[in-house]
Amino acid sequence: MAKKTADKNAVTQPQLGFIGMCRWAWRQLTTMRVALILLLVLALAAIPGSLLPQRIQDPGRVNTFLESNGAWGQFLDTIQMFDVYSSIWFSAIYLLLMISLIGCVIPRSAQHWKAMRSAPPKSPRRLGRMPGYETFTSATGSAESRESADQDFLDTAQARLKKLGYRTVRHDDHVAAERGYLRETGNLVFHIALLVATLTMAIGSLFGYQGQRILVEGDTFTNSLVAYDSFEPGSYYDADNLPDFRLKLDSFESTFDDQAPGSQFGQPRTFDAEVTATADGKSEKHTLRVNEPVRVGGTGVYLTGNGYAPEVTVKDAKGQVVQSGPQVFIPDGGDPGYTSEGVVKVPDSAGTQMGFVGVFLPTATQNENGELVSSFAELRNPYLVMSGYTGDLGLDDGTPQSVYTIDAENMTEMTDASGNPLLIQLAEGETQKLPDGGSVTFDGVKRYIAVDISQDPTQGLMLVSAIAVLLGLGLSLFIPRRRMWVRIKDGQAEVAALARGEDQMVERAAKDLAKDLADEPDDDPYDPEGDSDEGPDSGPGARSRQG
Amino acid sequence: MDVNTDLAMWSNQLIISAMIVYAVAMIFYAFDLFGGRELKQTEASASSAAKPSNVRRTNRKTTTALLDPPQTDVSAEATTSSGKDKPRRGARIGTALLVLAALLHVAAVLTRALSVMRVPWGNMMEYVLTATVITVIVFLIVNIKKDIRYLGTIVAGGVLLCLGLAITVFYTPAAKLIPALDSYWIAIHVPIAILSTSLLYISAILAVFQILKNAQETKNPKWLRFMRRMPASIDLERFSYTIAAVGFITWTFTLIAGAIWAEVAWSRYWGWDSKEIWTFVVWVIYAAYLHARATRGWGPTKVAVLNLIGIATVIFNFTVVNMYFNGLHSYSGLS
Ligand code: HEM
Repeated sequence: MAKKTADKNAVTQPQLGFIGMCRWAWRQLTTMRVALILLLVLALAAIPGSLLPQRIQDPGRVNTFLESNGAWGQFLDTIQMFDVYSSIWFSAIYLLLMISLIGCVIPRSAQHWKAMRSAPPKSPRRLGRMPGYETFTSATGSAESRESADQDFLDTAQARLKKLGYRTVRHDDHVAAERGYLRETGNLVFHIALLVATLTMAIGSLFGYQGQRILVEGDTFTNSLVAYDSFEPGSYYDADNLPDFRLKLDSFESTFDDQAPGSQFGQPRTFDAEVTATADGKSEKHTLRVNEPVRVGGTGVYLTGNGYAPEVTVKDAKGQVVQSGPQVFIPDGGDPGYTSEGVVKVPDSAGTQMGFVGVFLPTATQNENGELVSSFAELRNPYLVMSGYTGDLGLDDGTPQSVYTIDAENMTEMTDASGNPLLIQLAEGETQKLPDGGSVTFDGVKRYIAVDISQDPTQGLMLVSAIAVLLGLGLSLFIPRRRMWVRIKDGQAEVAALARGEDQMVERAAKDLAKDLADEPDDDPYDPEGDSDEGPDSGPGARSRQG
Repeated sequence: MDVNTDLAMWSNQLIISAMIVYAVAMIFYAFDLFGGRELKQTEASASSAAKPSNVRRTNRKTTTALLDPPQTDVSAEATTSSGKDKPRRGARIGTALLVLAALLHVAAVLTRALSVMRVPWGNMMEYVLTATVITVIVFLIVNIKKDIRYLGTIVAGGVLLCLGLAITVFYTPAAKLIPALDSYWIAIHVPIAILSTSLLYISAILAVFQILKNAQETKNPKWLRFMRRMPASIDLERFSYTIAAVGFITWTFTLIAGAIWAEVAWSRYWGWDSKEIWTFVVWVIYAAYLHARATRGWGPTKVAVLNLIGIATVIFNFTVVNMYFNGLHSYSGLS
């Protein structure tokens, strides 16, 4: 749009002053050229976030990266390369773009408002210059009869244009018409909706929250802060107002493909979690699946992971049960066999504390190197392999630690009779003695699921703006905006069309209308005398200027 | 798990057969594009004939006379002897073969889908298989309205290359869907993404031709002789734009549908996952492309280059991001 291009003189004007500077900056910012550059810079700025680990996705990977990259990592962190999408520079780009957008939308809206309420402009003097142009003889005969025939012709033309959806104005010797105001409306809707969507995205995270929780079969989750394994509220989220509901995992079933060949072997096929949700005193059963969240009390519960929780009983030397129940083991993400790692912490044993670290293999098999691996994700030959430690688990010194790992620094590894590290290998139902007289039993396996629980009150608004973006875009790209004029003088008719914006059909529009009007048989008395001067290619009356 | 392996095998056979036919179609199209013997004849006669403008013009229907550069003289065609209005046999045979190949190709997609009784978009191989057939169908449909057979060589060649990758690098045995993909959203999000890719691809080859044609119009180097039979670069530009505009809308739809699906599957509609990032990058580049056309100082060639950067990001998003980037969206089926 030419009108938006920078006023070149502004650059060379002397003594801009502060106000002048601001005005100049504003004018620059709202040019298409600058908006375009900002768009390209935005695309470029988004890329590093896909190359480097991001804290919003995986803080653990960021830490690993920082540990292994020293000063370079520190530098990247300083320039917010691990928080790209909340970084100052990324925000600056899209804020500038939004300002640019506002500066562009406001004047255009005003202009469009005016244009919508004003009449289509009068015909320019020389219609022949228009991209679509046809001329033909409509009526001949005496001057008077031509005069009234011309007026009739214009009446017909106006009616025809109206029917085609044009807004028309009748003048003495011509009809001026315009259509496609919706194109600009659509364009404005698109840009405004884009603004709303960006704003919604920016503030949406402030008013919602997201939390995670692992649930073993039989567990009940009660929606309160303490029940979450992790909880990330938006800055303005009031965590005291968590909606009141409970969710019980009744059972979890999965199936894996044991027939497909190659890389498809062992892939998961179904994950079905049977849950009971209780809210407002009413209980309802649901099947929670990966693509089927359960929605309770304005909150969504999403199935994001699952795994095995071997049930382990540990007895001390006196035969007392010091630990029993399911222990959540975390599957190695890349392994289709669900080889899972986990720990058993025994803080309450008499004397020293105990800890066990190991892997759980749902279908234990020996591979060609004689190592134990899991060859399938279902429980076909469950096996628990662990080593044991005694000493201080470090639970009491206050430093936060993961429930899924053991810090063995202050512990000593258990050894067997010959002094080698003790290897605990258990099939389901088996028990192994510990060197101090205690024992470990692998009782059975339960399933567990990982769920995300989240609330985003701005989601609805986002959806509405997204739909508006799409509709606006459709209108702005595909509604042709076009002006047409039909002029007649002494029976010589002209039809012209001018596209405003991209329009592949201007010429056709002029041609079709001309053909239509020339074919009009009724109030157009056919006069054979006047038809001879048209030349051989005049066809039914219409003649294209370009042939 | 109830996979009909016979049908899956048939599908593979059909892919190979389609590839053979595509290869032959490409050769015929190439003869049409580069003129082959006909063009040489024309050149020989051009030197002997009085008029230098008797090069046979083939795409008359598509070109607006007004916009044509003056280097051509349409009426001369009828009067000069060597350039009389011979049918473009190469292009005709090419198109006929392309239709045949497309039928084999559709059969390959259908048998693949039937072998697993689900939509055939579960992994990269199936995605490529469908994207290529959609590209051919879009090409054939557009051809009904407007003669763009000059793109045939690149369309057939590109499809051939992609199918070659599909049955080698991307090859994935037929199987059921993983739970993460098992949703009706796959039937909404994925086909529109495929359609967008096809449209943007066709728009991009038009952009390449536009750049070449522009070079031929201005500098007219010898190696671009074959471009003389192409529509004017300004027409190619417009057509490329129109298709890209449709592609942009479908891409916007893909992005929105993807966000809605992401909410259902991953508890948030947008999380800057690597696939989301690149979809966003693609979207912003095409938005920039549409703006560049309306911006002063951006000539048609520069704008066309943006289009090409756009398709490069689309391809990057599909290949490198799927195969090498960490993310939730890792459904390549390769491991
Ligand atoms: C997030 C940033 C923006 C996006 C994604 C965006 C996207 C679009 C799209 C897709 C179109 C339709 C293209 C067309 O009709 O040719 C368009 C048109 C337009 N945009 Fe934007 N826009 C953005 C920012 C801006 C800004 C900041 C301005 C003002 C400087 C602006 C001014 C225009 C104008 C004047 C048109 C009409 C061009 C035409 O009719 O060809 N846009 N925009």
